[in-house]
Amino acid sequence: MAEPFLTVSGLTRRFDVSKPWLNRVLEREDRQFLTAAADVSFAIEKGETFALVGESGSGKSTIAKMIVGLLTPSAGRIAIEGQAIDPNDPATMRVLRRRMQMIFQDPFASLNPRWRVGDIIAEPIRTLGLMSGSDIAPEVARLLGLVGLSAKDADKFPHEFSGGQRQRIAIARALSSRPDFIVCDEPTSALDVSVQAQILNLMRDLQDEFGLTYLLISHDLSVVRHMSKRIGVLYLGRLVEVADAKRLFHEPQHPYTRMLLDAVPDLALSGRRRKQVSGEIPNPISPPAGCAFHPRCPQVMPACKTGVPVLHATATGMAACILAGPPFAQTP
Amino acid sequence: MTTPLLSVRDLVVEFPSRRGTLRALDGVSFDIAPGEVLGMVGESGAGKSITGAAIIGLIEPPGRIAGGEVWLDGTRIDTLAPEAMRRVRGKRIGMVFQDPLTSLNPLYTIARQLTETIRTHLDLSEKDARLRAVALLDRVGIPAAARRIDDYPHHFSGGMRQRVVIALALAAEPELVIADEPTTALDVSVQAQIIDLLKEICAERGAAVMLITHDMGVIAETADRVAVLYAGRMAELGPVRDVILHAHHPYTRGLMGSIPTLDHAADRLVQIPGAMPRLDAIPQGCAFNPRCTQAIARCRVERPALRPVAPNHAAACWLADDAEPAHG
Repeated sequence: MAEPFLTVSGLTRRFDVSKPWLNRVLEREDRQFLTAAADVSFAIEKGETFALVGESGSGKSTIAKMIVGLLTPSAGRIAIEGQAIDPNDPATMRVLRRRMQMIFQDPFASLNPRWRVGDIIAEPIRTLGLMSGSDIAPEVARLLGLVGLSAKDADKFPHEFSGGQRQRIAIARALSSRPDFIVCDEPTSALDVSVQAQILNLMRDLQDEFGLTYLLISHDLSVVRHMSKRIGVLYLGRLVEVADAKRLFHEPQHPYTRMLLDAVPDLALSGRRRKQVSGEIPNPISPPAGCAFHPRCPQVMPACKTGVPVLHATATGMAACILAGPPFAQTP
Repeated sequence: MTTPLLSVRDLVVEFPSRRGTLRALDGVSFDIAPGEVLGMVGESGAGKSITGAAIIGLIEPPGRIAGGEVWLDGTRIDTLAPEAMRRVRGKRIGMVFQDPLTSLNPLYTIARQLTETIRTHLDLSEKDARLRAVALLDRVGIPAAARRIDDYPHHFSGGMRQRVVIALALAAEPELVIADEPTTALDVSVQAQIIDLLKEICAERGAAVMLITHDMGVIAETADRVAVLYAGRMAELGPVRDVILHAHHPYTRGLMGSIPTLDHAADRLVQIPGAMPRLDAIPQGCAFNPRCTQAIARCRVERPALRPVAPNHAAACWLADDAEPAHG
């Protein structure tokens, strides 16, 4: 098999959430760390859509930011076609920045309200020096056409557009550096369903046209099912399951994946009985010992409370659960 | 049919603005039977929340109810004096809002907020009110309720806070609970818990629910009937099953088709072109006509009224008639 487009291995990010020094001394507390992503590894093939799903606090956005270089990993390696991403190496970052772009969740926050749409879209072209002055205007017009807006819109300001149109502008900006990889962080969660459908269809059309590779971050399983080829499920900063999209939905291996699927409302009114989901995500500063999911797991065993399960191959992909295969790599 | 608990007739809500009066709600009528769960669905700006706010008399001035009537169990409540309305609110109509953090006072303990609400509406001593508050918290699934009642809102997680808000809404045994996007701020796995709880506890106490949400999935699982709003007007109203499986209004059909589902992966989602009109630019005739693929000449000039298309099922569309589609 050819080398994957993006390889992420052992990616970890800790945030220092300690109280100020004086408080720590007075209250006799140690430093506190929040592990937003722990030992996350996955690979994305060229031209495919890989999705990361999880609830709030599961580390989805932290991983996305590390991949595009907005955050420095505490440990681990990210590589695009074998070339490592290192935020401290400006020369390679400059090359890689052109190749990867990001679309953010809130199109009301991600577009500068004081800039005209044409300038917003042209910014990556100018910053990266991809074109000379007179070529930029036609290029902006072409990009606006690609995302279903008109060339005249370049002179307007973001506030003149609806949420869906703003997300189209954000997509046009992402495309302007002619990237081959786009990280989409909850691209439609701020939008209404009918507009969401327009944006998802547009993203698919653009992928077909330009052979784009997507990393899609979402909490919405139906969106993920619709868009992606493979899916990674995150829980408290760890990947608990990675599998082919179809198989993940038909044969979930990890109890958490099963729980997430059960929580999706049944729109088809098929009478599918949902299982009651119990508990909430624990505080990530002091996650439970052993498997982080064990306090909520309906199939918990004594061993789950002590050993951290690692990802291992299953019938459908990979899962980190004692029930889905051989036991833990590290026992106490 | 039994007399409705809540009856809304031709409700019109207007907001004056510099560029003329904006009509946020335009002639909306519906009933809620005792103990019934009515889902109110629509995209942002459709008028869902305004409908809820108008019923409980909480339209922010300068907005105002410009027409129509709201009846609660035979009493007209939209014309009540503010003081009298305040007694209806909380006592006869309970409310659950989207963000539990904004509906709880961060400076008061849960105990104080609950007993205050209980004692405002029910004639109970401080001690009895506290007992009742603990029982309520216990019922909504707060572990160790007797101890946790003295905690502040920030001690609770998002899902637990929304449970407290539900307890607060039900504190005075209301006949109607208006829940405005009660699960939108919560994680998926917690959403299902809260919806189940709300449904269960209201059924147990015989309270009717008006559930406002943009999430058709939540409606499908919870509501008996559903009202679809578009640009401040009622597009379709009927039993949940009929509306979801046999929608008569092209907007409802488009809305259903645009939702990705888990069960079968379509290559492309059905998309409704364009976006909902702004309130200052609602087209003549049917508000949906510029986005409708089946629009005929009449749709562009004459506004369709909500008319019956099947038993208990009505749609505001010129093309919808009771002959088709067949009902299953």
